[in-house]
Amino acid sequence: MVKLRELTTEEPLAPGHRLCAGCPESIATRMALKAIRGPTVITQATGCLEVATTIYPYTSWKIPWVHIAFENAAAVASGIEAAFKALEKKGIAKKVDVISIAGDGGTFDIGIQALSGALERGHDFVYICIDNEAYMNTGIQRSGATPKGAWTTTSPAGSVIPGKPEWKKDLIAICAAHGIEYAATACISYWNDYITKVGKAIEIDGPAVINVLSPCPRGWRFDSSKTIEMGRLAVQTRYFPIYEVEKGKYKLNINVPKPKPAEEFLKAQGRFRHLFKPEFKKEIEIIQEGVNENWNRLLRLCGETS
Amino acid sequence: MSKEEKPGWKRLPMAAIITEPGSSMQYKTGDWRAFKPVIDLEKCTNCLICWIYCPEPAIVQTETKVRVDYDFCKGCGICAEECPVKAITMVEEGTQ
Amino acid sequence: MKKVIGLTGDEAVAYAAKQCDVDVVAAYPITPQTIMVEKFSEYVADGEVETEFVCVESEHSAMSACVGASLTGARVLTATASQGLALMHEIMYIASSLRCPIVMGVANRALSAPINIHGDHSDMMGSRDCGWIQVYVENSQEAYDSVIQAFKIAEDPEVLLPITVNLDGFIISHCMEGVEVLEDDAVRRFLPKRKVDLKIDPEKPLTIGPYCLPDFYFEFKRQQEEAMKAVLNKVKKVGKEFGRLAGRTYDVLHAYGIEDAEAAVICLGSTAGTARVIAEKMRKEGKKVGVMKVWLYRPFPAEEFKKVTKHLKAIAVLDRACSFGAPVGPLCSDVRAVLYESENRPKIFNVIYGLGGRDITPTDIEGIFNQALKTAETGIVKEPVTFVGVRE
Repeated sequence: MVKLRELTTEEPLAPGHRLCAGCPESIATRMALKAIRGPTVITQATGCLEVATTIYPYTSWKIPWVHIAFENAAAVASGIEAAFKALEKKGIAKKVDVISIAGDGGTFDIGIQALSGALERGHDFVYICIDNEAYMNTGIQRSGATPKGAWTTTSPAGSVIPGKPEWKKDLIAICAAHGIEYAATACISYWNDYITKVGKAIEIDGPAVINVLSPCPRGWRFDSSKTIEMGRLAVQTRYFPIYEVEKGKYKLNINVPKPKPAEEFLKAQGRFRHLFKPEFKKEIEIIQEGVNENWNRLLRLCGETS
Repeated sequence: MSKEEKPGWKRLPMAAIITEPGSSMQYKTGDWRAFKPVIDLEKCTNCLICWIYCPEPAIVQTETKVRVDYDFCKGCGICAEECPVKAITMVEEGTQ
Repeated sequence: MKKVIGLTGDEAVAYAAKQCDVDVVAAYPITPQTIMVEKFSEYVADGEVETEFVCVESEHSAMSACVGASLTGARVLTATASQGLALMHEIMYIASSLRCPIVMGVANRALSAPINIHGDHSDMMGSRDCGWIQVYVENSQEAYDSVIQAFKIAEDPEVLLPITVNLDGFIISHCMEGVEVLEDDAVRRFLPKRKVDLKIDPEKPLTIGPYCLPDFYFEFKRQQEEAMKAVLNKVKKVGKEFGRLAGRTYDVLHAYGIEDAEAAVICLGSTAGTARVIAEKMRKEGKKVGVMKVWLYRPFPAEEFKKVTKHLKAIAVLDRACSFGAPVGPLCSDVRAVLYESENRPKIFNVIYGLGGRDITPTDIEGIFNQALKTAETGIVKEPVTFVGVRE
């Protein structure tokens, strides 16, 4: 664990970027960068953070940063990691830490292949997915990370279908299944847990994945001042459990013994507003059941492997 | 950078590579806000919660207590919302 | 002491790469390129090269990893064909616009559907606008020679563009010939280590791959086109240098019998070899024919081409690819564009052949030469585009 006062005041991500007021992505990035330990290279996927921090000729980045395309942050990281390995052996360059940052779009869906390949090959890098639960940069379209019942522009809240019918994909289970040493969820509202995890991930010799929940005021429809509050609610309703999988062992990091009802989380955001119509109220029950089931499944996993 | 000042292809560095780290600090996003945070330094305990949660960052640490960097603050209100002692108030821009 | 080894085209590419001190190879197998990566893996496993070999999970990731690696200043090589080339298409544009001097061996193969694993040029033609330098080799010897020159051309600080070395799938890639190889030291002296100013370096943090709005994008594309223009002279320079080293000089165009010809066949790749044999036979019979092999296809050597062909009366341009719906095939399109402004420009007709590995025979080629001679004589192009070798 870390202390706020001991964190560096260095800001490798400078202000002047054009992310929305209250954007969680820069919060998630700023926090992650408090945990770097030396020379670090960022490989970034296309998305809000990439676009808003590098509008030519301005850049917010004060460390080496590469953006190639949408689905290949992990593949680019693989190439950079391999290159530095080769150059170090030849005495030309010194190894650097490689961190990939991608949204849920560039990770859960179009980016899953490159991520899977990089994990299987065991490259030494950290992959941080800033999960705002939709393709936000292109205007809030549904992704594999969008939760059940959420409104997005491609899973609209219609009179027949109330938002996204499918459940959220379990990214950490997929990553853990690759046999990597470390995979974890995190949330920007729990800065201590998150920053500690990033530090842990960097120290690992091999791949490590962190999925950090990033509540988006624009896409989730809530006031920009409530970004942190929303993350807190997500965790306190057990909607987004905070846990880690270290060498296959599941461990719950933030226990929620007295959870708030999921309805409180849903009520606070415009993207779930339609669920409160009488004809769709039962969806809220279904979502609560899903949250309970997921929590119990996690508890079993934590119990089984502890 | 005005239209007249924008360099042509002969002068621009290769491949759109940006060589000046953190050059976005030339782009002051402070004029985005409608409300601005004002810190009551009497109440402030310098716990740094507002500092860690600021998205810009537009809250900087000083020798004594935190202060707002109004050049970049977009007025999102997270700091006021999260301050444990309610030392920050959002006031309408132009009134204080 | 000349050393001649039996190498297929694929093996020649791998052998040349072995001598070039490549830092990173990120590649995915696809017929008929597989031998390039398999051979190179053997070199890695036997410690014959100090290369990080990344067995990526797809061609798209192969090119992505290559771009990342190249941006660190490393020397990078990859290889692919057909569907793989199509899959990495998105990133190819990025490789060239980020000025990554990657060398890629392409064992040209037909594009699906239907799926076909044999040689034609449709794969590279599908990506010809991506900003890569493109050379087409005629045989394994040229494959070997071209890979070595490719690194030197691509990595030149005034060029810094990626390059494909194209070899006909199966016809060259799997055909063994005696290849004269250079000494390891000679290649190392010919190819100095990369010296890179702009690269991923914590000491000089750069932002690579930013977002450009309409107020800047156009300028960077203009820059890229200018870089392409610088390639021509570099290719000639390197070709001469290589000539001094190996005794085989390379130029952008390889002309045979053109100076006193009236009719010529213009083509890319292995077909040029067959065409030369036929031309030689016909010239002995007093027919005024010649062959123009285009070795450097992108950037297209327009001025050189105009100069060499201006006296010709008829040209048959052979395309081993079909650009559906276009007035003529891709190579013919370039030839016509170049010769349009020439006074007394030759009559041009296009022959589409060899798709999906369909053989083009000496008889076919003799027929094309005769057609060209007829056109030279009459000044009439009966059919601007014909398909040779297909069953009607």
